Amino acid sequence: MTQLPARPGLGFKPEHFSQIACDPDLGFFEIHAENYMGAGGPPHAMLTALRADFGISLHGVGLSIGGPGRLDTAHLARLRALVDRYQPESFSEHLAWSSHGEAYLNDLLPLPYTDETLRIVCDHVDEVQEALGRRMLLETPSTYVLFETSTIPETEFLRAIAQRTGCGLLLDVNNVFVSATNHRTDARAYLAEFPFDQVGEIHLGGHAVEELPSGPLLIDSHGAPVADPVWTLFDEVIARTGPLPSLIEWDNDVPDYPVLLDEARRAARILRAHAPQAERTHVCA
Amino acid sequence: MSAHEAFAQSFRRGIFDGELPQGVTARDPAEAAQRFAVYRNNVLHSLGRALAARFPVIERLVGADFFNAMARVYVEADPPNSPVLFAWGEGFAEFLEGFPPVAALPYLPDVARLEYARGQAYHAADLPALAPADLGALAARADAIRLVLHPSVTLIASGHAIRAIWAANQPGAAPQEIEDRPETALVLRDRKLDVPVWALGPGEAAFARELLGQAPLIRAAEAAATAEPGFDVGPILFRLFAAGAIIGWEDCTC
Repeated sequence: MTQLPARPGLGFKPEHFSQIACDPDLGFFEIHAENYMGAGGPPHAMLTALRADFGISLHGVGLSIGGPGRLDTAHLARLRALVDRYQPESFSEHLAWSSHGEAYLNDLLPLPYTDETLRIVCDHVDEVQEALGRRMLLETPSTYVLFETSTIPETEFLRAIAQRTGCGLLLDVNNVFVSATNHRTDARAYLAEFPFDQVGEIHLGGHAVEELPSGPLLIDSHGAPVADPVWTLFDEVIARTGPLPSLIEWDNDVPDYPVLLDEARRAARILRAHAPQAERTHVCA
Repeated sequence: MSAHEAFAQSFRRGIFDGELPQGVTARDPAEAAQRFAVYRNNVLHSLGRALAARFPVIERLVGADFFNAMARVYVEADPPNSPVLFAWGEGFAEFLEGFPPVAALPYLPDVARLEYARGQAYHAADLPALAPADLGALAARADAIRLVLHPSVTLIASGHAIRAIWAANQPGAAPQEIEDRPETALVLRDRKLDVPVWALGPGEAAFARELLGQAPLIRAAEAAATAEPGFDVGPILFRLFAAGAIIGWEDCTC
């Protein structure tokens, strides 16, 4: 199976479809799997055209891998159908939960890190990889609260999941910055403990800032440009890992396409700066 | 019950009733409630926006603030049961029928049915349609066949002018006086993958209703003539073929 190119990618927005063209600074598009689970119509027509020219990262938001219940097998079957039809280079999901009982809550909700939840998440990741017949990437979360019951540091939790299940990790650098700021810890200390050898993709997104008595509370809004401290952390990460597929996420208050392309070019400059000389020539997909 | 199940139950309950779930804390525990409120807001706001994306005309008719408040009630009453959010909202029309604050807008439920049908039509299966050139040969056998319609085709018969209300509340449309009258709307996805809404006259409506009910072509034409004396099914039949609404035919014993 081919891999995503180690170049910038953009979250696909249908309103940009007519403006999308091959571009040396653009290696792939990421799509939210749940938007393509209808039988047909414009979503599939656009995705078919996109697939012909670009790498595709299939990104799920609804599996609820961090939830206590069983995974939704109907949803897994829908994902499998998308994987079979479009053969995406990558499938990723979140270390979070979003469903409880019959209700889908449409947010990436946090979980305590315990021996019990580690076992549950590993079972769920095993089940996904089994159902899809491929390795998945699990994304690092952004969080706003802590749990009294947590006993395992997040980096250790993620490392254990990757070791036990063989899954890769999707390192969201903005999420690292958001969580570290929110919990008054150090993003660099977190990254120093991060299992970089398992990282298959990077996410970069914008956040919003609220003020609490103790200081800022950052909200992972995906509604703004990537913040400067996040670009700096991204540069430091890529210096360690070498170039990786790196997605610009902008899902709310979506700007004009050229604004997204500018963000992709900024990521491309950083990726090129850390690429071996021979890998710097890029051809259009 | 496992510890994680108890946690998730408590967290979900907190999202809807605002109580801080068990075990939720922060570096400064006094801030835990404010921080937990981010999740409450994310869930309720994002589901409200997802509902508005499905029902933009309802949102425009009642206003964004009212819609958001109403969405919070609906989310709790009928939350999505799957992450495939475009399938959510089938029960919204019925919810509106029983929601006293909108009792003065009796056309809302049928406008919601129309919008839901458009959403489903947008995502309906891609199936090759017959060409208008096929029409002649089929018309000659009207007594021996039934037509197969594209799965996007939906008919909504209303006591209110739902097609006119829908059209007058599209982005950029100017407000206008609309005479409240019964209207039957047909939703379909056409060959350009657009999802238009047609207002049907009595003969057209009866014809489409019979076709959707899998009646033989000749019976559908008879029903149309009964509903509207002198009605000629030719134009509406051609319009359906041209739009790509007819995907096949079956022999029947009629």
